[in-house]
Amino acid sequence: MRLVDVRELPLDGIESTADGGLRIGATVTNSDLAAHPEVRRRYPALAQAVLAGASGQLRNMATVGGNLLQRTRCGYFTDLSKPCNKRAPGTGCSAVEGEHHNHAILGATEHCVAIHPSDMAVALAAFDAVVTYESADGTGQLPLAAFYLPVGDTPHLETALPAGALITGVILPPAPVAAHSRYRKVRERASYAFAIGSITGALDVRDGVVREVRLAFGPSRPGRGGTGGRAGPDRGARRTPRRSPPPRSAELAAARPLPHNAYKVTLLRNLVVALLTELTEEAAR
Amino acid sequence: MAPSTTSALTLNINGEKHTLSVDHRTTLLDALRERLDLTGTKKGCDQGQCGACTVLIDGRRAVSCLQLAVAAEGREITTIEGVADGDRLHPVQQAFLDLDGFQCGYCTPGQICSAIAMIEEHAAGWPSAATEDVRPEAGVPELTAEEIRERMSGNLCRCGAYVSIVQAVAEAARAEEEAV
Repeated sequence: MRLVDVRELPLDGIESTADGGLRIGATVTNSDLAAHPEVRRRYPALAQAVLAGASGQLRNMATVGGNLLQRTRCGYFTDLSKPCNKRAPGTGCSAVEGEHHNHAILGATEHCVAIHPSDMAVALAAFDAVVTYESADGTGQLPLAAFYLPVGDTPHLETALPAGALITGVILPPAPVAAHSRYRKVRERASYAFAIGSITGALDVRDGVVREVRLAFGPSRPGRGGTGGRAGPDRGARRTPRRSPPPRSAELAAARPLPHNAYKVTLLRNLVVALLTELTEEAAR
Repeated sequence: MAPSTTSALTLNINGEKHTLSVDHRTTLLDALRERLDLTGTKKGCDQGQCGACTVLIDGRRAVSCLQLAVAAEGREITTIEGVADGDRLHPVQQAFLDLDGFQCGYCTPGQICSAIAMIEEHAAGWPSAATEDVRPEAGVPELTAEEIRERMSGNLCRCGAYVSIVQAVAEAARAEEEAV
């Protein structure tokens, strides 16, 4: 057995792609990602999402690749004395009947309701990020929506990354709408806590008409309908008036809350209204 | 042959080289405290939640409890023992003394190391979660109490000395800005 520090690999660059997107290396730290001028200019919600996570010390140590592959903080996953389908397949999910007020309302199944706690992934989902990897068989790519597997009855299988593959980076396709994006996070204290609800929104308004809307919700179980999903684009819709009823979202309609996390449906709906109002007002200025 | 469970390594701490042999699993925090007698760095939670063990690695703040000693080889490590200039305290240390930025003092070395790097991050133009507009055109946000609280949120103080800590950090940042 050998212990290898992959942080030393030369994957710490952030560069523009020929088509106007960004390529972000896997070992770029959260700090460097959030401080990068092109990230802040072209994908501000990504910088905000990264800054909303962890602490200054941890952002200096955490990397893009590690962030994508972090494990859930579900208490039953780490409690070896309790059943957990993710840790020990087939033993059952303790959270469904137990402590689950912070667990997923989107993408969960009766087999697992754990969340993926990444803030960064919520912004990457809104911007259709593509994960790149390398293995002994060569290089490969996975859109983020396909990178995280649906929970189904196999919560122990989390990603579609082939065995033995190493994430080399993330590609952000060009997205002019992303320049008008924001990330909002609700948590149980003012800072340095995981989200109980979060949202990335982007809105492109021209001549008073909404050309494109993008929304992605977190934290959730990664996979289609979870962190990996996003609504839109909703081209040609009228500008959202202030205090309008919340926009219909297929994502929230699919929410399957449990008794103690049903509050999150209202919370996320309110976040949608608040964020779209903010973005609309910003567009009007 | 039995697999090797230890490594010989050289750590560069406060400008001095220390050669030692450690179990692969040894954290930088334990190497500092238990092997090198640099006990100024404190162990609070030992799982990255409290910030008491904050040191500077290549000038950036990091929690030494989540860093393996073997991964710190070749890096420039600065602990609280190394921030003063001889008998002259670092401006952040002086501000914590002048403004009572502590009560029991256990979190203080971590608070001070964290604040030193935080002030540099701010000077380099890094935004924070408290920054209203993160776009580079918006410029560097003023280091308000709200910004300081957000940027220092990785350092917990069980005594609740936050009011004075924020004042001390603000004073140190102001003093350093004047000195530039």
